[in-house]
Amino acid sequence: MSDGLAGALSLLALVALLALAYRPLGDYIARTLESPRHSRVERPLYRLAGVNPDATQSTRSYALAVVGFSVVSLLLLYVLLVAQSALPYSRGMGGMPWDMALNTAVSFVTNTNWQSYAGESTLGWTAQAAGLAVQNFVSAAVGIAVAVALIRGFTRDRSDQLGNFWVDLVRVSLRVLLPIAFVGAVLLVVVGTVQSFGADQVVDTVTGGQQTITTGPVASQEAIKELGTNGGGFFNANSAHPFENPNGFSNLLEIFLILLIPVALTRTLGTMLGNRRQGYAVLAAMGALFVTSLAVTTWAEVGAHGQSAQAAGAAMEGKETRFGEWASALFATATTGTSTGAVNAAHDSLTPTGGGAVLVNMMLGEVAPGGVGAGIYGILVMAILAVFVAGLMVGRTPELLGKKIRSTEMRYVALYTLTTPALVLVGVGIAIGLPSTAAAMGNPGGHGFSEVVYAFTSAANNNGSAFGGITVTSTFFQLMLAAAMLLGRFVPILFVLALAGSLARQGKVPETTGTLPTHTPLFAGLLVGVVLVMTGLTYFPALALGPIAEALA
Amino acid sequence: MTLSQLVSQAPTALAKLDPRHMWHNPVMFVVLVGSVLTTVLALADPGFFTIAIAVWLWLTVIFGNLAEAVAEGRGKAQAASLRAARKDTVARRLDRDGTETEVPGTDLAIGDRVVVAAGEVIPGDGDVVEGIASVDESAITGESAPVIREAGGDRSAVTGGTTVLSDRIVVRITAAPGSTFLDTMIALVEGTSRRKTPNENALTILLSSLTIVFLLAVATLAPMADYAGAPQRTLVLVALLVCLIPTTIGALLSAIGIAGMDRLVRVNVLAMSGRAVEAAGDVGTLLLDKTGTITYGNRRATSFVPQAGLDPEVLRDTARLSSLADPTPEGRSIVELALTQGAPDVPLPVGAQIVEFSASTRMSGVDLADGTVVRKGAWSAVLAWLDQTALPPSVESAVERISADGGTPLVVAVRPAHGGAGQVLGVIHLKDVVKPGMAERFAELRRMGIRTVMVTGDNAVTAKAIAAEAGVDDVLAEATPEEKMAYIRQEQAGGRLVAMTGDGTNDAPALAAADVGVAMSSGTSAAKEAGNMVDLDSDPTKLIDIVEIGKQLLITRGALTTFSVANDVAKYFAIIPAMFVAAYPGLESLNVMRLHSPESAILSAVVFNALIIVALIPLSLKGVKYRVTSAAGLLRRNLLVYGLGGLVAPFVGIKIIDLLLSTLFGSAL
Repeated sequence: MSDGLAGALSLLALVALLALAYRPLGDYIARTLESPRHSRVERPLYRLAGVNPDATQSTRSYALAVVGFSVVSLLLLYVLLVAQSALPYSRGMGGMPWDMALNTAVSFVTNTNWQSYAGESTLGWTAQAAGLAVQNFVSAAVGIAVAVALIRGFTRDRSDQLGNFWVDLVRVSLRVLLPIAFVGAVLLVVVGTVQSFGADQVVDTVTGGQQTITTGPVASQEAIKELGTNGGGFFNANSAHPFENPNGFSNLLEIFLILLIPVALTRTLGTMLGNRRQGYAVLAAMGALFVTSLAVTTWAEVGAHGQSAQAAGAAMEGKETRFGEWASALFATATTGTSTGAVNAAHDSLTPTGGGAVLVNMMLGEVAPGGVGAGIYGILVMAILAVFVAGLMVGRTPELLGKKIRSTEMRYVALYTLTTPALVLVGVGIAIGLPSTAAAMGNPGGHGFSEVVYAFTSAANNNGSAFGGITVTSTFFQLMLAAAMLLGRFVPILFVLALAGSLARQGKVPETTGTLPTHTPLFAGLLVGVVLVMTGLTYFPALALGPIAEALA
Repeated sequence: MTLSQLVSQAPTALAKLDPRHMWHNPVMFVVLVGSVLTTVLALADPGFFTIAIAVWLWLTVIFGNLAEAVAEGRGKAQAASLRAARKDTVARRLDRDGTETEVPGTDLAIGDRVVVAAGEVIPGDGDVVEGIASVDESAITGESAPVIREAGGDRSAVTGGTTVLSDRIVVRITAAPGSTFLDTMIALVEGTSRRKTPNENALTILLSSLTIVFLLAVATLAPMADYAGAPQRTLVLVALLVCLIPTTIGALLSAIGIAGMDRLVRVNVLAMSGRAVEAAGDVGTLLLDKTGTITYGNRRATSFVPQAGLDPEVLRDTARLSSLADPTPEGRSIVELALTQGAPDVPLPVGAQIVEFSASTRMSGVDLADGTVVRKGAWSAVLAWLDQTALPPSVESAVERISADGGTPLVVAVRPAHGGAGQVLGVIHLKDVVKPGMAERFAELRRMGIRTVMVTGDNAVTAKAIAAEAGVDDVLAEATPEEKMAYIRQEQAGGRLVAMTGDGTNDAPALAAADVGVAMSSGTSAAKEAGNMVDLDSDPTKLIDIVEIGKQLLITRGALTTFSVANDVAKYFAIIPAMFVAAYPGLESLNVMRLHSPESAILSAVVFNALIIVALIPLSLKGVKYRVTSAAGLLRRNLLVYGLGGLVAPFVGIKIIDLLLSTLFGSAL
């Protein structure tokens, strides 16, 4: 089968699978979060934590719970990483240096999964399975919980209660992520992903040298790595490693798992709002952004555009021959469009246009379709921005889903939209001026610049994929990127929760013919336009000096 | 707006460069700082380019101030004429013992009683407590016909600065000097008490955050450019920043707000706050009094229904005859209807005697010289007069039908000259007539998403019939002030904003509770204080205009914001290649406008950015035209005009300016 045909077929299969899962999963998540019943497994957990699962939380209390839980997670993971030599199943690995441990702990708690280390040569199984994999579940659940709190902000009428964070966290982890990840892991094992607690194999290579082959509980970590849009690989090569992602089937399954929850959450949104068409409109906007990005990346990667690619016959540098150009382009778009960050090809080696497209995907603010939960709250914030300008143009105080967008709401929206660009631009601005940065870059000129921009964009948007090339193990980069990840995750979350609270406290405004409908193709188009314009205006200078300069050279 | 208007406001615009004033507008404050910075840089490195950039940045700030000055200028003229009315008056204060003391009008206190006689100016706001007088209020309303003001009731309020034309009244002062209605008016039209409205605040937050994003993008561009081997002059970076931040809307924002208030003043409505004007655009429910707003307020004849078999002309002519001397509006309307239906216009026969309506007979009519007696009245009264027990069946059914429709049936009967049985000729259908065009306006309002509610003291049957004819959405019949309040509260609880008009003291609580309460200028001072707008023409239908002006205000803000942001795309395409084409020659292909040189590209973008402000001053003053159509239709249209237009216009504009600059100063650029 030709690469093109295989690519088209897997795309078709992917869309069909997502369409099949869309309604049942989306509605299941909505039911799970709104059900008044607790399961027998959950009750003891609440008792243990001293939480009353039937109480609801105010905005303040919900936000404190999110932050408190994350800070504790961060400390625990940090301790686990620096002290791993004292733990069982450490495979003889020493503790992580403090700056790398801090960076890694922040990275996994913020659902970023930026990796400044190589998994197979740095971490034992306890750190991987009890540390990183646990955060893969709960950091994803935190994202979904925050998104749900924002949705509740829209559905509540003159109330300050956003639900119960602990209940949301536990239910998403146990009832949504765990079962799907379990099935996903089994399927991955079936198609060939490794799952083992066996010792390293030392083998003699044909050239006469010796090679150590590491195995481990890979499939179980791989499933949640994709499902929770985490992206931190068991191995340094991530999903390009044959033990993580052995073949076309595993590749398709991984892409499916990446997109599954972000896509289905638009259904959850529609169902919880009692306005399914709103969910479809949001999905349409996300889909339009995704498809555009995919088309650009595929166009850039398939066929041989540059000189070297023409000489080689295809742009295969940095790509796995078992996946080819099409599947690599699809994976790259899926992983950057969601805030996953897993890679099955080296993004550093993508063509300038392709590399630029995946960079822009992250710059959009991770809304195409975005990380689990983060995509939903990100696009809702952009929808508020869109409705604000559009609402004025129809002559009314802007409203979204029955809530007025007043200066209080605009303040939180403005601060939300400011945070990530500020982190990226200031981070790049500081880093690029330092002489040490030039030494850390893997390439000179525009491409080297792109490497730095990519690193900060990936960190601040909690994506976690690496452009590669650049060396980020210096204390400067470890701390700068850790700060970008931490602030890029929790500052926006706090603004989202504050926004949710101020929306929840408002009374609902009834819909009339004078209300701007927000479930129409017109509004979805406007939403796409606002996302693109905001991104373009913020990042155009940086893009012009990086990928655009490279592409036009 | 004319050129001379712009020029005449130039000194005010310069005075507004005061940083303490500019600080309130974050976007333009950044431009001001940029202007100072580029001036210093241009002085350090004088040249055509550097000086031109500095000059045009100053012009950008000044043009913004000019917009505000022109908008305020319109109100200032009006304030001057109002001030003329606030002349220093001498008041005749009536002391407790009944003696009169002459004191300056400015020395009056609340509760003082003053005497005002014909030809004198009323020294302050108050209520008439004694007497009745005709008052010339043209100083305030511009309406030259005098109005009657009398003690007690809903026509007791007088306004300081108006003139008593006849008679003598005693007024109890209700407002302290300096806070009278006239003072409020002057402050309002001058805009001295202007505060940012809620929506303006929200928009300012958005504009500020955009400004911060661009500040960051441009500030971090400096080290990025250094890395790229194309270090940029601070002057160029400032120019880029000013082009990117939303200066168009930033410069015009306050002018739009002032102009919105001014448009209200032009339709003779005074809004006590900009907040109320904005709320008007959001109104979801309109409470309209039936009488005077929806209907003419008095019953009019609409048809003659003759008894079966009778020549319709007989009824028509008899009805006319019976009403010829009837001075009531009903009577006149019967005569008019008969004439339009072709009755001969002949005078009352000689010797005819007019019988006026009396409460005891409940009939009116005419006794002719030949002894024929004509009467019209309520059917029961006419039957009693004819000494009959039942109406003819055709007449009875007509009476029933008219009553059921909420109309008033007036039965016409004749008793011949020489005795004999009288005869019922038929029925005149009297009804409260809905003003022409009201149904269309209500349909328009419905399309705007606004519910109209008719408020009336009539019984439910009459009210329903008129409501159906006018096409309102709901009726509040036999309404008491308490019921009106309850209705408003109920609508507000459902999240709708309510607008209403009122003039009486008993309307005051409802006016205060409504989101937009328009008090009639002819109303009591309690009503005027409770409402947040005053209609100087006392025309309740104006509520609809007020809603449109509110919407127009928001639309203009939204449209210009969209335009302003869309402009940035072209500016990036002009400036970024110009900045970096030396380091990355490939970027030349982004120079889609094929601009003359990097320097002319940057200067052209700056010049366009300044000129577009002046070009849009008229639009910001006039407001974007509001069309009654669905919200989606409005959005589609405005997105096309201001979004797409904003995208395309600067490409064309910058190219033209570049052509001019390169032709005129090609060697310097």
